[in-house]
Amino acid sequence: VAAFGTVSGRPQGRAGSPGLRFTMYALLSVVVMYLDQRQHYLERVRYFLQAAAYPIQVLVNSPPAAWRWTQESFQGREALRAENARLKARERDLELRSMRYEALAHENGDLRGLVQALPPVAERWLPAEIVNVQLSNLRQHLLLDRGASNGVFRGQAVLDDKGLIGQTTHVGPWSADVILITDPEHAVPVRIERTGLRTIAVGAGDTSSLALPYLPANADVKSGDLLVTSGLGGVFPAGYPVARVTEVHRDAVQPLAQVRAAPLAHVDTDTEVMLVWFRADHPAAPSPPVNATGELTSGSTAMQPQPAPAKPTPPAAAPADTDADEPVNVPPPGGPADSTSEAAPAPATPAPHAKAAPKSPKPPAHRQGTPP
Amino acid sequence: VRVDSLWRLLLTAVVALILTVLPLPPSADILRPAFLVLTVIYWSVNAPRTGGIAFGFFAGLILDVFQGPVLGEHALALSLITYIAVREHQRVRSKPLIQQALIIGVFMLFYEVVLFMIDGWTGHPVTSPLRWAHVISDTLIWPLASVVLTYSAGRRV
Repeated sequence: VAAFGTVSGRPQGRAGSPGLRFTMYALLSVVVMYLDQRQHYLERVRYFLQAAAYPIQVLVNSPPAAWRWTQESFQGREALRAENARLKARERDLELRSMRYEALAHENGDLRGLVQALPPVAERWLPAEIVNVQLSNLRQHLLLDRGASNGVFRGQAVLDDKGLIGQTTHVGPWSADVILITDPEHAVPVRIERTGLRTIAVGAGDTSSLALPYLPANADVKSGDLLVTSGLGGVFPAGYPVARVTEVHRDAVQPLAQVRAAPLAHVDTDTEVMLVWFRADHPAAPSPPVNATGELTSGSTAMQPQPAPAKPTPPAAAPADTDADEPVNVPPPGGPADSTSEAAPAPATPAPHAKAAPKSPKPPAHRQGTPP
Repeated sequence: VRVDSLWRLLLTAVVALILTVLPLPPSADILRPAFLVLTVIYWSVNAPRTGGIAFGFFAGLILDVFQGPVLGEHALALSLITYIAVREHQRVRSKPLIQQALIIGVFMLFYEVVLFMIDGWTGHPVTSPLRWAHVISDTLIWPLASVVLTYSAGRRV
């Protein structure tokens, strides 16, 4: 081996001593870090690096994918028939359940004094497969097999059929990195469905729990309460289910209650998730922060003064109090053809700027609702 | 000759990268050795001119794309480790494998300290003690990794 080193290592044209080269590369790394962290100048670089990494990710993903494919293709006729029957029954159930939906939507419109019923807030969605790649064991991230070529943008909501999963952080041409709501750096503004109380759910670092660290000890919250997105923060629209409260612990000496919740989405077992585009002009759509910089420096978004909720005419004034959300299985109004053109004007502005947070150490970095 | 060894080096790096991102159950994943880092150190010690700091930097950049919260984090840590490895390569490779493993353990500890500090400075702290666990498995697997990598280069020796 020693010989290998000397044989192969003929003197080359590269610059000088190891010390000099190290200094050069260390400086380069620091500059890269600074640009990536503070200025977001490197999104393009990341884009290409992510493209370069994608073949390896596909390669790693291919054995399990091939296994799944073979399993599927050797499934017996009987099994397929049974599955077909089951799906048909399920479809009938869902049809029955949504039968009254149109009428309810109109009724809701009438009650709100609107001329016509509101369209669904979810404009269109795109199924994406989870690429089976280990990103980092210390962070809760996923890789999806859809990217900018499918119109995916940074800070896009990701759902499964049960609830919220997370949002995209880095988008490559064919892949997108998703931060889960259970990552300690992610915070999602939520509302307790039963009481309407707004707070923030922060990831606890494992796939099965969220923490609600900003609830006072006398807050009306109990085990079993459903948490839905509040629509604040500019990434997720109002009314999507997030988690269910599992544990409320009140300590007499602590000013804050310790509340835990279990996410509804099955991140561990999912193989397919949904990327969703939302109608920007819908009242339940994610509201971009009005004065984003001020909001960030003064801490938690949930504690900000809200616009008066009960204005009848302009529905956009009351983002959090509308209940005009839909289950994800409403058929999309437009085909998925008009992807790139439609995607941009939607909630494209609010990106999960992790980087605005470092000034105040407490709020997690992927706080939503930072300046566009 | 040199092009040949460069290809070999890149090939081992790609294999190591695949081993790094191969999905494993979480309990096993905690103890997964940092294969790419070990490979980079191996080449820095045994072929310091072909491998070396540039190789470390780019390997780190790729690791950043996969696992880093900020670009340049692993690149800086790996540049530093390869610099030390290249400087000390004569001393390291003259030692028997067991002693080498201990030295590599110290390198990996250093590497993780750098990552830990950068994580903290950039506002993505991970304080779980489990992040240090791979240092142990790196040390334990070094003799084996070293033999395998020597074999991959060995045809020519």
